[in-house]
Amino acid sequence: MKLLRNLAITALFALAYPGVASAGVSVIDGTEPERQARWEEISEYVFGDRPIEAGDDHIAIEAPRRAQDPALVPITLKVLKKDEVRAVHLVIDDNPSPYAAKITIGPAGDPSEIRLRVRVNDYTNIHAVAETADGKLYQTRAFVKASGGCSAPISVADAEALEGAGQMKMKFGEGDKTGSATLMIRHPNFSGMQMNQVTRLYTPARYLDHVKVSYGDKTVFELKGDISLSSDPVIGFAYDPSETGEFIVQATDTKGASWKESFVVPARTN
Amino acid sequence: MSANLTDRPSSHHKPRFSGRRIADAGFSRSPAMSRRDVLLGGFCLCCIPQLGFAAAETTGLEEIASGVFVRRGPDVEASPGNRNGIANIGFIVGRDAVLVTDPGGSLADGRWLRSEIRKHTEKPIRHVVVTHMHPDHCFGAAAFEEDRPNIIGHHGLGAALQARGEFYRQRLAEILGPQEVGAVVLPTQEVSPDGAEVDLGGRVIRLKAHEAAHTTCDLSMTDSETGLLFAGDLLFVGRVPSLDGSLLGWLDELQKLRALDAKKIVPGHGPAAAEAAPAIADLERYLATLRDETREAIDNGMTIDEAVETVAQSERDRWTLFDDYNGRNVTQAYKELEWE
Repeated sequence: MKLLRNLAITALFALAYPGVASAGVSVIDGTEPERQARWEEISEYVFGDRPIEAGDDHIAIEAPRRAQDPALVPITLKVLKKDEVRAVHLVIDDNPSPYAAKITIGPAGDPSEIRLRVRVNDYTNIHAVAETADGKLYQTRAFVKASGGCSAPISVADAEALEGAGQMKMKFGEGDKTGSATLMIRHPNFSGMQMNQVTRLYTPARYLDHVKVSYGDKTVFELKGDISLSSDPVIGFAYDPSETGEFIVQATDTKGASWKESFVVPARTN
Repeated sequence: MSANLTDRPSSHHKPRFSGRRIADAGFSRSPAMSRRDVLLGGFCLCCIPQLGFAAAETTGLEEIASGVFVRRGPDVEASPGNRNGIANIGFIVGRDAVLVTDPGGSLADGRWLRSEIRKHTEKPIRHVVVTHMHPDHCFGAAAFEEDRPNIIGHHGLGAALQARGEFYRQRLAEILGPQEVGAVVLPTQEVSPDGAEVDLGGRVIRLKAHEAAHTTCDLSMTDSETGLLFAGDLLFVGRVPSLDGSLLGWLDELQKLRALDAKKIVPGHGPAAAEAAPAIADLERYLATLRDETREAIDNGMTIDEAVETVAQSERDRWTLFDDYNGRNVTQAYKELEWE
């Protein structure tokens, strides 16, 4: 009986990598004018020539200055004029695919606090843009130090990660947190930048691109996602607790898989 | 039945290698003990110096038991000047051969270790045991290429290195420079869940593959001659642990380490050797605190960033680098426990 299993590695020490890696130049060295130029480029791409005003009185962004885990950076977006704002855009300027998410608020929704977990690939500005019902845009930003979040391998094998995809859980706030909830969805959200060393191939991008949450027969929010959302996405949101009925969550990913789940708000004890 | 993997592979071992054969022929083996072996052969375990934080910068090898040499890794992060030589690494000298564990944090660190080994013994370096996939433990393996050793790891090590090795290599190259880091070396032999043994010539080393704990590929090792337990990063002493596998799993595996009943342990970080019982108890206390307070935070509806600020703060003064790792540990713990 063999207890030490020999592995068929044909070229044990020949796995050296071709040439010498690039010098690792990153935007860590970026200057403020460069960051500003980057933002102008992205915002024109996302919003065209629509003017974007400084919007600290409309929207605030809370993010750690230095990420604990670049693949899981918690971001909180706080909309201060919640009756005016109908959508929130999240842009991580120096990520390979900067437009991380768009959240559209429905009639049963409340944009006052939205929590997301994102991947951050480099030291970067993160912009949040609030869009009002009449189409005006207001932006604010935060600077986050993190690196490698988009290419960081997820902790389990690819196939294993997909096995439980679509499993969901919803937690509802109680007491003074009534009206807030957290939606958790199992999905590896492959970024397309995670490489298998042996095959030298990148695991193809596959991520949740659309999540819709409704309460009763009204929409709470719709989220358009991208590769910057962390694996096993967790979305914190607020809703109108005066509605009744079930929460319905519909999620689809970029390979066309879709999942649907319903949740009942626990009965209030008061 | 446990079949030993003997130091000198007999012919029936050979067909298992379908790849590059670990060379036996042409390797010069001196049967004589080196002078160092004779001089240092009589050290006993009770004389192991207990190094505290003050000695954290110690970087030389110590012979902590007969034929067992360990370099204490300082409690710092990888930086251009330190070759990523931050983990406890070392080697065991048997009658016939040398076993290295861990090989070091970079090609440069591994080369340093190899040169140190050659100051002590000319015996062949037959085995390189990589306790898990983290860069500070594995990248030194490339320095032992000319020895053609067996590269031994947990049955999950190969897959983990395939997934992360290149990512780690690039990150480390940004800090140390690419020439210092070296290649990712995959294991040639894996330890099954049943365990394995390596015989260095009358000195049997028992290997144990653990369930997900510090990482998903943790290996521990017991030296039959001295009873020393090499815990890899299943045990941190003094330096705050980093969680990259499973918090609940780690607490379970600590029980299994305890059940091995070793008196002295070589931790992955901390002094070159430590008393087993208090060291395990300290780590268990930290991990249990992390578990309990993270659960409490989740139950109270705290967000992950709020949990990062509050969980396990009572442990701050007990560990070096606490602020560099605790927040990340809380993040990992939260991610694991929020699905309960």
